[in-house]
Amino acid sequence: MSEQTAGLSSMAEPQARLAVTQGIDRTPGAAKPDPILEVDNIVRKFGGITAVDVGHLEVQRGIITALIGPNGAGKTTFFNLITGFDRPTSARSGAHWSFDGRKLDKTSASSVALAGMVRTFQLTKALNRMTVMDNMMLGGRDQKGENLLFGPFWPAWRKQEKEIEDRATGLLQRFKLLEKRNDYAGSLSGGQRKLLEMARALMSDPKMIMLDEPMAGVNPALTQSLLGHIQSLRDEGMTVLFVEHDMHMVRHISDWVVVMAEGKVISEGRSDEVMADRAVIDAYLGAHHDTDLGDDDLLKDDSAMEQLSDEAAAEEQDKA
Amino acid sequence: MTTNATEPGESNAEEESIAVDTSEKQGKHPVLYAVLIALGITVFLLVAVELAGGNSVLIINGMLREAISPQTAAVAVAVIGLNVHFGYTGLLNFGQAGFMLLGAYGFAISLSRGLPLPLAILVGLAAALVFALVLGAPTLQLRGDYLAIVTISAAEIIRYTGRLAKLQDFTGAAQGLAGSTYRGAFTSLSFLPGGGVTWDPLGWVAGKVGLGNVGLSLSYQATGVNGWWVRLVAWALVGLFTAGIYLLFRSPWGRLLRGIREDEDAIRSLGKNVFAVKMQSLIIGGLLGALGGMIYVLPSSVQPDAMGRSLTFFMWTALLLGGAASIFGPVLGAILFFALRILIKGSAGALIPDSIMNTQNTEAFSWIVIGASLMLIVIFRPQGILGDKRELRFSV
Amino acid sequence: MLVLAPMLMTIGASSASAATLCLPKQGETSCISGSIGTRSKPYPGVDVTLAKPDGTEETVVSDDTGKWSFAVTEKGTYSVRADASQLPKGINLIPPAAAEAGDAKDSFRIEINKLGASRAVILQVRAEDYDASTNFTDQLMQSIVNGIRLGLLIALASLGLSLIYGTTGLSNFAHAELVTLGGVLGYAFIRVLGLPMIVGGIAVVMACGAIGWLQDRAIWQPLRRRGLGLNQLMIVTIGLSLAAQYTFQYFIGAGTVKVELGTGDVANIGPVVITYRSMGAMAIAIVMILIVGFALLRTRIGRATRAVSDNPALAAASGIDVDRVIRLVWTVSGALAGLSGLLYALVVSNGIRWDTGLQILLLLFAAVTLGGLGTAFGALVGSLIIGLVVELAGPLGAPGDLKYAVALGIMIVLLMVRPQGLLGRAERVG
Repeated sequence: MSEQTAGLSSMAEPQARLAVTQGIDRTPGAAKPDPILEVDNIVRKFGGITAVDVGHLEVQRGIITALIGPNGAGKTTFFNLITGFDRPTSARSGAHWSFDGRKLDKTSASSVALAGMVRTFQLTKALNRMTVMDNMMLGGRDQKGENLLFGPFWPAWRKQEKEIEDRATGLLQRFKLLEKRNDYAGSLSGGQRKLLEMARALMSDPKMIMLDEPMAGVNPALTQSLLGHIQSLRDEGMTVLFVEHDMHMVRHISDWVVVMAEGKVISEGRSDEVMADRAVIDAYLGAHHDTDLGDDDLLKDDSAMEQLSDEAAAEEQDKA
Repeated sequence: MTTNATEPGESNAEEESIAVDTSEKQGKHPVLYAVLIALGITVFLLVAVELAGGNSVLIINGMLREAISPQTAAVAVAVIGLNVHFGYTGLLNFGQAGFMLLGAYGFAISLSRGLPLPLAILVGLAAALVFALVLGAPTLQLRGDYLAIVTISAAEIIRYTGRLAKLQDFTGAAQGLAGSTYRGAFTSLSFLPGGGVTWDPLGWVAGKVGLGNVGLSLSYQATGVNGWWVRLVAWALVGLFTAGIYLLFRSPWGRLLRGIREDEDAIRSLGKNVFAVKMQSLIIGGLLGALGGMIYVLPSSVQPDAMGRSLTFFMWTALLLGGAASIFGPVLGAILFFALRILIKGSAGALIPDSIMNTQNTEAFSWIVIGASLMLIVIFRPQGILGDKRELRFSV
Repeated sequence: MLVLAPMLMTIGASSASAATLCLPKQGETSCISGSIGTRSKPYPGVDVTLAKPDGTEETVVSDDTGKWSFAVTEKGTYSVRADASQLPKGINLIPPAAAEAGDAKDSFRIEINKLGASRAVILQVRAEDYDASTNFTDQLMQSIVNGIRLGLLIALASLGLSLIYGTTGLSNFAHAELVTLGGVLGYAFIRVLGLPMIVGGIAVVMACGAIGWLQDRAIWQPLRRRGLGLNQLMIVTIGLSLAAQYTFQYFIGAGTVKVELGTGDVANIGPVVITYRSMGAMAIAIVMILIVGFALLRTRIGRATRAVSDNPALAAASGIDVDRVIRLVWTVSGALAGLSGLLYALVVSNGIRWDTGLQILLLLFAAVTLGGLGTAFGALVGSLIIGLVVELAGPLGAPGDLKYAVALGIMIVLLMVRPQGLLGRAERVG
């Protein structure tokens, strides 16, 4: 990983991230200081039902953004749309999105990935009947041996293959999967497959990684390590956007939270702010308003985060 | 992505539940199975010899002849192509006979009109290439069974068109093209003796080891219409293509194919052009089908009805019998398919009295057994004889 | 080659001849023979003239049964013409098609490439007041009626195919064998056992329904439980289809067997000629389709079937016994396919062959795909379209078997434009 060798990015510092997010307006679709992804007017209808209707959204570079919302809010559909796996109904009427300055309006899923925006799937798409190593090798980009003309002639790709393999070994080591390298991916546990999928996505050295419910179906022991991996990716300078429906997971690691409900972005902000938002509580809980979304004493290891949030809140009050 | 055909992120519970039988770490060695099957056949043959006496020698001889027949080799080449499609890429091509027929037409018509051999081969290949492009372009982005329905239909369209009386001068309509109109260019390349020279290596060996005349013989003309020359070339090509496919599949390209077979969307999310790779696979397999078709008609004639759906289904049976996604599976499958059919037919004829089953009935009976075996293989041993159970190729 | 043998059955007709008048001899003599008029209405005493390759001519007179023949001993191009003036007043000869015409417009060209073969020439007649333009519209009308008839019969079978696909996701390649089974059992019950048509027909439908039930009970349900993938199941159906076809061949041989001799009385409705039996078959088909449609829309079990088609997991969760629904679908599909096969053998193909299903299968798939995979009413619409296309392709210029190719071609083209079929929903919610 180039990021690994390059050391930590400036966004590894909580204060730096706070400084960035503080300047952002809290209205849905607010402008970000340095957006890596900009989305305009994306509408997706299934039959008569509007699954996604996002007017404008920006994702800040270098931080972890969580896309949350109750089940059926259209998060995954939105993910599919911007990664080229689905086509917006509004494709011909003003749907635009661009990644890192590059327009992606009419781009296929594979070109989106090549542009540097790599995703994972809600239901893990580890290739079960291939080995862990083969899974990883498939992630390598611009492989000469994947060209039909060079394929049969191994001297043409042997050297590159070795490089990719070294890189894969490094990533497997990092995700603690190295000893499984020759096992079939189907033999891994659900959490290990999530890790494998993430590692495979990193093989192509993306600028932004998009994780679709990375914590779903992962046992609690592994959840912490997964969260740790996500944070360390951010600390190395990668932009992370992930979908999650469980708010509690989100608040500890995300620098910015975007809330979707019924296909629309209803709120944006830092996790504590969002969780206090009336619209968000309504969307999540319907009539049961009395539950405090932020109240989870079960998770103790986030005092630092709480402190930061408090500080942020205090600063905002100062401004007002 | 232009259609609803694939739905990424969509839950597919079944897919998870088949997450491979991984408890079985190392599948039982395929060689073991091959040995077991050979043993079974031998035992069967011994019983048959006891019961049927002299018939068994005839049957064995028939099996041998069928096993090395150039048309078995031709089918093997086409099945190698089918293996590229289905075994490695997961494409459901039910029109492989159509590729064969196109190859055969292109080849035979060009030759009979006086084109040189290499050019005729190119014409046949070009026809298959165009066919693959036309079929693949609309269907490779759709769900798998669309490709199945479109390929089987398109192959039939080719056959119906070839049969047209209006194309009599071109395709020979339903009667087809006689082998004599195009075979010359191929037989004249032979470096084996021509004329009436006959070779019988099996008889020669039997004589050398002192067995004398046991009734086993493989005597064909050295060159001739359907002699050793065409056998030699056909099987050499089988070897060549098997080696070529081996090289392709151990390459990153082969890995990409297997990845696509497993989950297209995952591969797409890694920045690969899945459509292009599937198209390449369709073309490569189709070209092999066309070459198979050319070999198929060399010792006989171009008969549109001989290359219909039934042949496609036989090729599927052969592929699944030998083992999809294995290197030697297609070849083994093709040989076994034809040889075993002779065995079934011959033993049924020899063991069951004519009053119960006459000759025509034994013919039908052998096909019934083949149909039933296809079902049983797919249900109980989908990896065939040589396939690897761990990478069972039936994705949902 | 072994593979050829079963498939070459269809080739090699075209050399029937009136051997009583001329005996061909290998390498020496060929016969050119034929008849004027039909067997029921022959025209005796008409001069028939043969022009030989050497320029000479020979004339014979048609006999009491309208037959005539020439023996020739030279290879080459001959032509035959009849003297139309000797035909009864108001009757004319139909001129040959352009491809068959000799030097003169009213003569038939005959190539003798090999001595010993016989060539038949049928000199057809028609009433003089015949008008080519009205004839074309008449022909079109006739084809439309035939097309609707074929479409209705295909619809019976494709409804079942579509319901099975809808409820189980299975593309059943063995479905057309149920159709063949209907015809074969019709032959067994009505022709061989001599049951009356109605009783025999009901027996066929019940037997095919039972086979459908049994298929699901013995094969498909256990395989679903084993968790076989859909592609895997599809290949199993191919094996079943092969085994079933040759089982039919085992019992009825490679030829055509007829459920009943003759086609029954004919009615002339305007320009359209149709047997009463065809009308009966169409009526039965319409009634059955209406019953199935009503059941799907209005009954509890029909709604359950549609619910399973929509979403099996959800249906199961809402208390529907999915296995029972599927079992019923198989039973009904078997019965409908059997009925379709019986009627097809009676009124369309005038008999049934072991491989009739092979021919029908692709039409079924085309119909179902055209209408939209898994939508029952789409299958009905698709079937009618396919029936019409097949019957109209001929009069509109598609020669011979190409009419089937046209039907398949239309399906492929539609798939390119509208992959979900005519009535399929473009996308699912989710």
